[in-house]
Amino acid sequence: MAKKINTNSESYLKMYSQMVKIRSFEDQANQLYLDAKMPGLTHMYSGEEAVAVGICEALTVKDKITSTHRGHGHCVAKGAELKQMFCELLGKEEGYCRGKGGSMHIADQSNGNLGANAIVGGSMGIATGSALRAKLNGDSDVTVCFFGDGATAQGLLYEVMNMAALWNLPVIYACENNGYSEYTATDEIAAGDILDRARAFGIEAHKVDGQDVLAVNKLATDLVARARKGEGPFFIELITYRYHGHHVGDINRTYYRSKEEEEDWKKNKDPIKILGDWLVSEKIASDDELQIIRDDIAAEAHVAVQYALEASYPNSNEVDMHVYMETT
Amino acid sequence: MRLITLSQAVNEAIAEEMRLDSSVFLIGEDVAEAGTPFKITSGLVEEFGTERVIDTPISEPGFMGLAVGAAMTGSRPIVDIMFGDFLFLIMDQLCNQAAKAHYMSGGKLNVPLVVRTNLGATRRSAAQHSQSLHALVSHIPGLKVAMPSSAYEAKGLLKTAIRDDNPVVIFEDKLMYQDKADVPEDEYLIPFGEAAVLQEGNQVTLIGTSSMRQVCEEAALILSDEKISVEIIDPRTLVPLDEKTILNSAKKTGRVIVVDEGHQNFGVTAEIASRISEKAFYYLDAPVIRMGAMDVPVPFSPVLEDLTVPTAEKVASNARKIVAGELVHEL
Repeated sequence: MAKKINTNSESYLKMYSQMVKIRSFEDQANQLYLDAKMPGLTHMYSGEEAVAVGICEALTVKDKITSTHRGHGHCVAKGAELKQMFCELLGKEEGYCRGKGGSMHIADQSNGNLGANAIVGGSMGIATGSALRAKLNGDSDVTVCFFGDGATAQGLLYEVMNMAALWNLPVIYACENNGYSEYTATDEIAAGDILDRARAFGIEAHKVDGQDVLAVNKLATDLVARARKGEGPFFIELITYRYHGHHVGDINRTYYRSKEEEEDWKKNKDPIKILGDWLVSEKIASDDELQIIRDDIAAEAHVAVQYALEASYPNSNEVDMHVYMETT
Repeated sequence: MRLITLSQAVNEAIAEEMRLDSSVFLIGEDVAEAGTPFKITSGLVEEFGTERVIDTPISEPGFMGLAVGAAMTGSRPIVDIMFGDFLFLIMDQLCNQAAKAHYMSGGKLNVPLVVRTNLGATRRSAAQHSQSLHALVSHIPGLKVAMPSSAYEAKGLLKTAIRDDNPVVIFEDKLMYQDKADVPEDEYLIPFGEAAVLQEGNQVTLIGTSSMRQVCEEAALILSDEKISVEIIDPRTLVPLDEKTILNSAKKTGRVIVVDEGHQNFGVTAEIASRISEKAFYYLDAPVIRMGAMDVPVPFSPVLEDLTVPTAEKVASNARKIVAGELVHEL
């Protein structure tokens, strides 16, 4: 484990709670799918919690993020409410996007989340443009662009990293390397070292254990502070793992990934367990206290999902609303 | 009376809006010192500096993406896409990101940006620098599309586009950059969704977009010698489209030819003709005629290229036939 970044037990417990919140959300979302209560499908973030939480806990509410099709974790970590998220997953009126976006498009601009994106790599320009705006306006916020290892195959990344490096933009490219590009091992589709691609533009690039939330948070805190001072951009590769398939319906996946490998990550590299063990060993919390946190959050997620199941669908007159914004 | 070129009109519109609103900036390839290959933005970098007149690498998807993110967080970028043909390079950022953000977020996000680009063949530039691709973006809900037909419209529509809270694509005809028109010194805006009736008549309506307005005006001159009374309409914006003015004219004259430089198949002429046929059918005395660009990639050889675009003579010939009750297309 990384050394303590500060002595604030509260921040460690917050990170623990946030990771549990993501896991609980995903457990409920998966159950909605299995029970055929959710339209469409969704992509689970379970296993990658330390990435979103470690980074977002280094950000302020004014800092921006862009997210991905596997975006529930980023959304929760940036401060979203579970009720509104479940409502969005179910296409309900009270959802973050009034049910018009769904799982792959949740945006929560009040917390600086510029939206999940169903185009792999689709938000790289948006994140970099947000950073350009900050620089032009003299705003102090930093933008984090989350994307997966699969998205490193998109050309857009290299176009925007070039401009971000040329103009010293306050953006951090956070590559969540979970080893799989949809249904294909990333080793089979990515030549060379991903970090070298950022370094080719003169961008400082780091690799970190994406299951160790304290290590992620320490690195992110440092890079965010430096980006705020105009030392950006930065690139982070976070080594992580997704417990589920590419999406909830990707059940039979032994043709690309072994069950033994999955079990190994869940048993030995689970981010919630890793932080929990450390909290106990450091006497910041007891096993019982952590159990209470997990139970409380699971109950909160259950309440939220029940609320969403009973919530109203949008009125049919909303179907052609919000195509254009009325210019005042 | 003040005659200025379409290029100057665009330059004035950008400069005026940048003076009024510090969140407006210009971004694209060679927009600063070079002033674009057409010298449209010359002088802007001297007034506004390189922070607001931003030269980019040759990375259309990249800088289009930056504009979307900047717009989503409070800026109002004007994106210069050097040739309309390069729209294909920015399709994801324009159509999947910018166009849908407001809707997908249930109205929470919006993307106030302008894509300035061009259209038009007969510049001897062959198939990848000559296309008129406005139908492509008009098909995507969430985008607005403006088609200035002179320096006057270019300035008024661009100023409106910059102030609009939605993504707008504005197409200038690259052969018209040096064409002059009367442009008032005083500030004016041209609202979207208001067609211009350029000439009133009662026997046939010619609807012409962008430079096809000139083609329609030339055709009307030819026809006036033959005592055929022509009404000319310039829609000025395709999205939103001023259907009311178009239908009223169709009902009055009973004969309509729609002229546009995009490819004819599945194009702007088809859309407008179809709306007239659906909504004014019983007023019509002849089928609505579509005249778009020929459905071939734009050829290089001048003798071939000139065959691909609608001309005043062809428009006049078709108008003459439908006024006389003759068929344009054999049964």
